[in-house]
Amino acid sequence: MKTFGSLRANDAVDLTVEWGQVHALLGENGAGKSTLMNVVYGLVRADSGEIVYDGKPVHIGSPQDAIRLGIGMVHQHFMLIPPLTVAENVVLGHEIVTGPGAIDIKRSQAAVRELSRKYGLEVDPAAKVEDLSVGVQQRVEILKALYRGAKLLILDEPTAVLTPQEVRGLFEIVRALVRDGAAVIFITHKLAEVLEVADKITVMRRGKVEATTTPKESSQAELARLMVGRSVLLRVEKKEYTPGQTLLAINGLTVQDDRHQTAVDNLSLDLRSGEILGIAGVEGNGQNELVEAIVGLRMPRAGRISLAGRDITHASTHSTLEAGLGFIPADRHRMGIVLELSVADNLVLSRFDRAPFARWIVRAFDQVRGYAQRMIKTFDIRTDGPDQPAGSLSGGNQQKLVVAREIGTQPKVLLANQPTRGVDVGSIEFIHRRLVEERDNGMGVLLVSSELDEVLSLADRVAVVYRGHVVAMFEQKEADRERIGLLMAGAA
Amino acid sequence: MSRALRQRLFSAVVIPLISVACGFVVAGVVVLATGSDPIAAFTALFQGAFTNPRAFPETLVAMVPYVFLGLAVALGFRAGLFNIGAEGQFYLGAIFGVLAGNHLIGVPGILHIPLALAFGMLGGFIWAAVPGLLKARFGAHEVITTIMLNYVAFQLTDYLINKGPMSDPKSSAPRTPFIDPLAHLPVLVEGTRLHLGLILALLAIPVIWFLLERTTVGFRIRTVGFSQGAARAAGISVAWTLVLTMGISGALAGLAGADEILGVSHYMPASFSIGYGFDSIAVALLARSNPWAILPSAFLFGAMRNGAAFMQLETQVSSDLISIVQAIVIMFVAAPVMIRWIFRLRETPAGGLQITQRETAGISSKP
Repeated sequence: MKTFGSLRANDAVDLTVEWGQVHALLGENGAGKSTLMNVVYGLVRADSGEIVYDGKPVHIGSPQDAIRLGIGMVHQHFMLIPPLTVAENVVLGHEIVTGPGAIDIKRSQAAVRELSRKYGLEVDPAAKVEDLSVGVQQRVEILKALYRGAKLLILDEPTAVLTPQEVRGLFEIVRALVRDGAAVIFITHKLAEVLEVADKITVMRRGKVEATTTPKESSQAELARLMVGRSVLLRVEKKEYTPGQTLLAINGLTVQDDRHQTAVDNLSLDLRSGEILGIAGVEGNGQNELVEAIVGLRMPRAGRISLAGRDITHASTHSTLEAGLGFIPADRHRMGIVLELSVADNLVLSRFDRAPFARWIVRAFDQVRGYAQRMIKTFDIRTDGPDQPAGSLSGGNQQKLVVAREIGTQPKVLLANQPTRGVDVGSIEFIHRRLVEERDNGMGVLLVSSELDEVLSLADRVAVVYRGHVVAMFEQKEADRERIGLLMAGAA
Repeated sequence: MSRALRQRLFSAVVIPLISVACGFVVAGVVVLATGSDPIAAFTALFQGAFTNPRAFPETLVAMVPYVFLGLAVALGFRAGLFNIGAEGQFYLGAIFGVLAGNHLIGVPGILHIPLALAFGMLGGFIWAAVPGLLKARFGAHEVITTIMLNYVAFQLTDYLINKGPMSDPKSSAPRTPFIDPLAHLPVLVEGTRLHLGLILALLAIPVIWFLLERTTVGFRIRTVGFSQGAARAAGISVAWTLVLTMGISGALAGLAGADEILGVSHYMPASFSIGYGFDSIAVALLARSNPWAILPSAFLFGAMRNGAAFMQLETQVSSDLISIVQAIVIMFVAAPVMIRWIFRLRETPAGGLQITQRETAGISSKP
């Protein structure tokens, strides 16, 4: 048993990873998991403390240092060059050459093929990366790290973009690696995965190690408690739903993505008042284009969208919101809030220019601040006050701010795209409760989420999308996790 | 003092001051390298800007266009727009100012002056709104379009005043006739060229501050500047905001041009500006786009411009030296990280969690 290291990112973080083990690093967003690993990979420098690797204290000043030591990292966002082949991507920077500037393609491909066979990482070395699915691209990233001689592999949120089937494949690869004596650090915030794949679990919270445990000694509820510091409900309690009239009607909608490919293909949906309609699907199957088309951020090619009887197919975002839509965007930092503006300004972002928040063109700050104070209280936004910049709130509180703003306008329909992504368990619970509450008050909620568990526990009806189509629709009680997983992967 | 406040103060005051100091040090080295005495040169620069007879009022006269133009560029920056076209908009403001000054003969000054200034603003507005529209409608980058429109403005001026429709037939030099004396801006201090424009410039600062910080228009501008994505998702029309911001920015630059005609030159010569509009990019950068900070920044640039001629006369050091100072200042202001590195200044005091990364920023601020 070799000790890889003891790392001190600040006075609290001590982490010891052993060879031949999968070590899960669990924590909510902002808990410091990624930062800690960026230190190990040489992307961020620690101001104090030391890293001991293979029994020796080491200095890791850059990713080059890390690679030389045998540390590899697969980032959440892949760092591949799409038009190049798998083999070219893998050997990039460490090319096998026949002469100056000439890559030996045959030997490169053979080397990649041999490596992929060894660990069960099936992939065609001659295929272009742009033609591969996300799951296979991830394998290429892993191959890249192994090719550079990685013995310690860091996987940052590796399952975020995978189907349940692909996740299973990844776990087999991870197992094969540790059987071979390597060590894998698995960064995640998904409790079930941790219990399934890890040998050892370290839970981080607020930049500190909360606990180190093993799957045998722990449970989902226990891990959740460690992550947030108190017990949380993993199931959403809700009454039977009583849907009313149709609020949002989508008929034959076709939308193109930025590359002019059809992303939403002749899609029809009806959302009624008093129900939560969940859209389940692997990311990239037209969900974002659908959302953008509804909100008026993207013009549909064909079809019709109406909100409470009003045609909003070609309406601007402004008039769509006027017509009674609340919108929680998926990307909080890019679309949900303005990090530099205050909490109060963010809370009135869609209504700052009308009464009572403005008189003619002059803003009424007392009204804005008063409203913000009420919302901060109602939605339990943890902040120093309405004037604090929204960017300095934690992810969960930023998201509660967005939810507060959108529910605060009392819309007829709430469009929630990934409403709890990157949010701590406490905030997830709070947001889920609020969504159910608004449903009970007659709002129609369209929930788009790539977290299947979220859709299954929250939605009254589940629509499964694959390649821009609704491939199946289930009532909540008929919805079967396994079957939906297959439908999401296009196997049905 | 709170940490956040200290950090803001550091960014707003310390970095610009160090940048200016560095600018002078590097310029001094250049003077030394060319075999002249930097101390003598800078002394002459100071004398030319402040202590010589009538030097100080002239520094203020030079400051006035820098205030308007600095505000124009700063306003663009706040919306995330890089208006390099202030120079061209400045020219258009002058052309429109001359037109109004020449053709509204007999209108009393109390009407003539505001009309001529408004006309100048209109000229700058048009010249800037076009790039704004091109950006909003077709995504044409404003840096390219405003640069190009600068050249159009220069050539247009050339055509108009060099035997063109606006040239003075009685003059052998290419220039416009003098404007109606009734349109002259009143002089503030007898015996100087200090004119009403100074008051207007000093008023423009709080007006633009109020616009940015207290009105819905300014909120739109700032939100678009911070995050176009969030602005769009909240139903703010990004396209309109960009056009409007460019328009207001151009109107400010146009006001500077008209003010220069009505208050200082009273006609438009061939080489009207010599880089006021380009310098004002540095004015805005040094002020970090803060309307209040435009005042000291514009004052510094006015003083340098005014003192440079005397420096050249007195020490034979070329007045272009101040361009080196300006260039170095911009470089340092644009690269605060470099200043921190050179002077070993730490952004965050040691202690607590010391990994500085966005994700943990919220944690590190708690002791």
